[in-house]
Amino acid sequence: MASLVIAEHDNKVLKEATAKVVTAASQLGGPVHVLVAGQGAQGVAEAAAKLQGVEKVLLADDALYAKMVAETMETLILSLAGKYDAILAPATTNGKNYMPRVAAKLDVAQISEIIKVVSADTFERPIYAGNAIATVQAGAGKKVITVRTTTFKTAGEGGSAGVEKIGAASDPGLSKFVGEELSKSERPELTSAKIVISGGRGMQSGENFHMLDKIADKLHAAVGASRAAVDAGFVPNDYQVGQTGKVVAPELYIAVGISGAIQHLAGMKDSKVIAAINKDEEAPIFQVADYGLVADLFKAVPEMEEELTKLGY
Amino acid sequence: MKVLVPVKRVIDYNVKVRVKADQTGVDLANVKMSMNPFDEISVEEAVRLKEKGKATEVIAVSVGPQQASETIRTALAMGADRGILVKTDAEVEPLAVAKILKAIVDEEKPSLVITGKQAIDDDSNQTGQMLAALLGWPQGTFAHKLELGDADAKIEREIDGGLQTVDVKLPAVMTVDLRLNEPRYASLPNIMKAKKKPIAEKAPADYGVDVAPKLKTLKVTEPEKRKAGVKVKTVAELLDKLKNEAGVI
Ligand SMILES: Cc1cc2nc3c(=O)[nH]c(=O)nc-3n(C[C@H](O)[C@H](O)[C@H](O)COP(=O)(O)OP(=O)(O)OC[C@H]3O[C@@H](n4cnc5c(N)ncnc54)[C@H](O)[C@@H]3O)c2cc1C
Repeated sequence: MASLVIAEHDNKVLKEATAKVVTAASQLGGPVHVLVAGQGAQGVAEAAAKLQGVEKVLLADDALYAKMVAETMETLILSLAGKYDAILAPATTNGKNYMPRVAAKLDVAQISEIIKVVSADTFERPIYAGNAIATVQAGAGKKVITVRTTTFKTAGEGGSAGVEKIGAASDPGLSKFVGEELSKSERPELTSAKIVISGGRGMQSGENFHMLDKIADKLHAAVGASRAAVDAGFVPNDYQVGQTGKVVAPELYIAVGISGAIQHLAGMKDSKVIAAINKDEEAPIFQVADYGLVADLFKAVPEMEEELTKLGY
Repeated sequence: MKVLVPVKRVIDYNVKVRVKADQTGVDLANVKMSMNPFDEISVEEAVRLKEKGKATEVIAVSVGPQQASETIRTALAMGADRGILVKTDAEVEPLAVAKILKAIVDEEKPSLVITGKQAIDDDSNQTGQMLAALLGWPQGTFAHKLELGDADAKIEREIDGGLQTVDVKLPAVMTVDLRLNEPRYASLPNIMKAKKKPIAEKAPADYGVDVAPKLKTLKVTEPEKRKAGVKVKTVAELLDKLKNEAGVI
């Protein structure tokens, strides 16, 4: 009944998502191993070894895995799958990319974005943009699972698992990484920030998003956006919160100039506290907001910055 | 080159979803159904490839009930050349859809299959990747931009950290994200023309695929509802509540 967790990392830092998946894997009952596939990722493997509940870390350190390209991840995970009853990865763009390949080759259904482990073979997952929750039971065969990390606790530190180096699996030679443009930010990541402030179409321009940046800097918040704001080119795609973007569940979510379409709500309605600023008092966002302010954002946001300064933020 | 575009008939994205009282699923009786929005983007991309002279034929495939032929007609009205309906009233899991698509790919030999990155009903985000694995093909998921060559494709992808570009050998599977293109509306003359385009009707058994589900759905329930809170009058009041009542700043 052992589980294999595929680590999310950037070769330098082990992402918090991994510690959340370890928690989900621990709830399945058996021993938990973590696979770190990367290049120059020894430090990541050592960090994974410290996670509570991890029994062993496998490190496949090879240029093939530098960017976790799906085709090479598939062959690596399949080469290890025999020893495991369940394989879990976070529902990040990486996990969503390689895991279905693994499931297909193992001839099992993938259970996508679980939000709860009911028992070792039964899980809850949101469907229809989170408007319904399905409880599903896995059939025979291995379980291939992606985990919505916002609903699981972060596994603590204090473990001391061994790190075992393993060789690379075969290279299918089908694809290669060409390059990437990553958004640079000093702020916390959207999916792990305690506070998120998001802007929508109401922001009117990318320039105006700087108003939100200033608030974010004061509150150590991440900045997000609605699809409309991304489509309009105000901010890059990785800002998008929603059914088909990122799912966040911070302590505080502040929605500014966002109407509250179901597709947006799907990505933020599990936030602990929601505040909304919108000039339309009928906007659906107010139906989920704990605190709603009906106001013109171009007045309210600068005022918020001033007030925060007064309060010593 | 041929391009294959799978399209799914799903609940319209504007419809408010209701869970059935007996917890067996979502109420789909008398609700508006449409083509999965991501699949519209796939069809658009395929049709543009044809208009640029890169694709020779665009084939739209749907696995679903008889009414899924309407979804195929929409694809034909947008510019696809012909359709294949694989008729079944069962709820077909992504893996079984991928197996059916693989059998069709083996017959039709397209160089590119373009799927949506996810369907907005089951939100699985699996079919394209599963198809690629079953075929032993590479994939470019969550596509933001496509540069199609003769033997390979450069695909820019939307990833958590920003954008990533991969180069995949053809044949390949691409799954599309929201910003790849803006799908067209079919014009009236094209809707009329689409009526004459052929749709072949098949069954999963014709492809030797067993569509029995591997996952058992025990129940479908409503999520916990959030209650609407209070309206505040000023920014100062908002910050006071966030600080002193909610304790989140
Ligand atoms: C397949 C699919 C997937 C999707 N996925 C997502 C997703 O992941 N995430 C997502 O967010 N959306 C998604 N959408 C889009 C979604 O349906 C909405 O279109 C989108 O969320 C709307 O964004 P918005 O609220 O910024 O814009 P709008 O709905 O246009 O709302 C703008 C709001 O700003 C307010 N406003 C304007 N000016 C001001 C001002 N000066 N002061 C205060 N308030 C002001 C208005 O009152 C209005 O409420 C998806 C749609 C589809 C079809």
